[in-house]
Amino acid sequence: MSAPKTLFDKIWDAHLIDESDDGTCLIFIDRHIVHEVTSPQAFEGLRTAGRKVRRPDLTLAVPDHNVPTSDRAAGIEDEESRIQVETLDKNCRDFGLQIFGMDDIRQGICHVIGPEQGFTLPGTTLICGDSHTATHGAFGSLSFGVGTSEVEHVLATQTMIQRKSKNMRVTVDGELPLGVTAKDMILAIIGEIGTAGGTGCVIEFAGEAIRSLSMEGRMTVCNMTIEGGARAGLIAPDETTFEYLKGRPMAPKGGAWETAAEYWKTLKSDEGAKYDIEVTLKAEDIVPQVTWGTSPEDVVPITGAVPNPSDESDESRRNKMERSLEYMGLEPGTAMRDVRIDRMFIGSCTNSRIEDLRAAAEVAQKAIDKGRKVAGHVDAMVVPGSGLVKAQAEEEGLDRIFIEAGFDWREPGCSMCLAMNADKLTPGERCASTSNRNFEGRQGPGGRTHLVSPAMAAAAAIAGRLTDIRDLD
Amino acid sequence: MEKFEKLTSVAAPLPIANVDTDMIIPARYLKTIKRTGLGEGLFANMRFNEDGSDNEEFVLNQPAYKDAEVLVAGNNFGCGSSREHAPWALMDYGIKCVVSTDFADIFYNNSFKNGMLLIKVGPEELDMLMDDAGRGANATVTVDLEAQEITGPDGGVIKFEIDAFRKHCLLNGLDDIGLTMEKEDKIASFEESHRAAQPWL
Repeated sequence: MSAPKTLFDKIWDAHLIDESDDGTCLIFIDRHIVHEVTSPQAFEGLRTAGRKVRRPDLTLAVPDHNVPTSDRAAGIEDEESRIQVETLDKNCRDFGLQIFGMDDIRQGICHVIGPEQGFTLPGTTLICGDSHTATHGAFGSLSFGVGTSEVEHVLATQTMIQRKSKNMRVTVDGELPLGVTAKDMILAIIGEIGTAGGTGCVIEFAGEAIRSLSMEGRMTVCNMTIEGGARAGLIAPDETTFEYLKGRPMAPKGGAWETAAEYWKTLKSDEGAKYDIEVTLKAEDIVPQVTWGTSPEDVVPITGAVPNPSDESDESRRNKMERSLEYMGLEPGTAMRDVRIDRMFIGSCTNSRIEDLRAAAEVAQKAIDKGRKVAGHVDAMVVPGSGLVKAQAEEEGLDRIFIEAGFDWREPGCSMCLAMNADKLTPGERCASTSNRNFEGRQGPGGRTHLVSPAMAAAAAIAGRLTDIRDLD
Repeated sequence: MEKFEKLTSVAAPLPIANVDTDMIIPARYLKTIKRTGLGEGLFANMRFNEDGSDNEEFVLNQPAYKDAEVLVAGNNFGCGSSREHAPWALMDYGIKCVVSTDFADIFYNNSFKNGMLLIKVGPEELDMLMDDAGRGANATVTVDLEAQEITGPDGGVIKFEIDAFRKHCLLNGLDDIGLTMEKEDKIASFEESHRAAQPWL
């Protein structure tokens, strides 16, 4: 009998085309998602070299980073943004690729639409020129974020050159307490392992608390794997996965579905499989999380306070903390619940799916019931992940709840997660955000980001300061 | 891709851990459809003041480091986004080699695909190089890829590891798409068996 394999080993082995003596491997890529920011130079490279796209049928394109989230009837005002989106359109026409354009209801954030369409499937390899491609690992798809050269390599050859990563497993045992979400779980994990904790690894997420998550929750967890340094996160597919995928437009149908599902059920780590690194957390210990600094590892429970750099013995870490606090305009010892905010953003590939919007709308509805609204000094925007998420939310009446409670309800896109379109913070503005990165300048130059879950973001908007969601009841 | 063989240059110290790709090049500079000209946005939020003037305190704005082609940086350099604009910006500005204790995976890959050498050294070696770099214009370092050595201003030598394939590509300026296409037979035969095994894909 062969040695027990991890889920990652199994998918890797099923895609290995060639391995050199020095360990450099060539693997086949089943799915490729292309967006407007990291692809123009790749298509240009193909043109210059006179190369074609090897498998146009395995690539799906969508503009998301640059698109406006306000009324789109007038097109894109910013010239450079418009050129990028138009270039993607042209490249897709020239190379024969399917694209969900800006006026297509299926348009949305690349990591929202892949799963939504059933383009993302268990056991596949998937790449996209975006680090949050790790999201698709929620389906047991080995998904890597790559740069433009690799986008070009995959377009030209449908393969990727890579050395095999190490196996890491993060197990979250037990049950999440009430009011604690997938976002809090992944922030707590990053707080535990650090932003470079998963470098060189593929992380498999396991344990009862992971299994209990919906697909939306699993996507939130896998999405932020890259914030822990790992290029890919994986969760073994199960009934929850199949339930989500069945009937999606690009998922297999009829007999093909049955055959596929039989195979997908084998996609789990064998008993006794070896991991290079193992980390275990108890779900019961996790409380709602919030970041205080400029790295996703700078995280504390909402019940906590801004840490004091003088308590840190390591000099380089102490310097980083001091720099972060200066940038964030925070004093050590300040209770997180006393931090006043100016803006709130619900959206991004981390938290813009229907379940995220429902969680935030529930908080908004409670506020309405108590005669409250978004605080007067807070500007709060809600950006659904795709046109279909937006349509579903509107069908459920979530848009009306948001609007009544004083939130701004917008068109889908990446928006203020990275501030490439018109949505951005101004210097010094402080934002409670459901996105994935609190880096300096990420949401606009000088902007200050606190990462939280959708419910926590909505609660902060209403209270006008960071708030413990559990205090609302 | 240009070859990388040997380089002698002033090294600029950037003693910050977790320098992310939003720091290396903010998103507002990504609205280009070209690979060139990105040097303009390199470290923009640190390099320029709010009014657009140079921030004199930032290392690359100091006269001693104007011509630096080597950057010595804190741990986990290049974390965050997959934007290849980060190595493009560094290269366009004139940085051809970055030394740190570790790099984020995607940034590491992206850099080599553009002919930029990233060198991983131990924490003590990094401290030493950071001190050397701090000495400014007269303290040049020599990076020799073939020999896998960094020679400091006082003649001290640091050996470094690099995988054979990356080294080979860099030394010869090889485009790896061309290399992969030579394996077309293997790809086509894999594709056929893969289609048979998972016909729903």
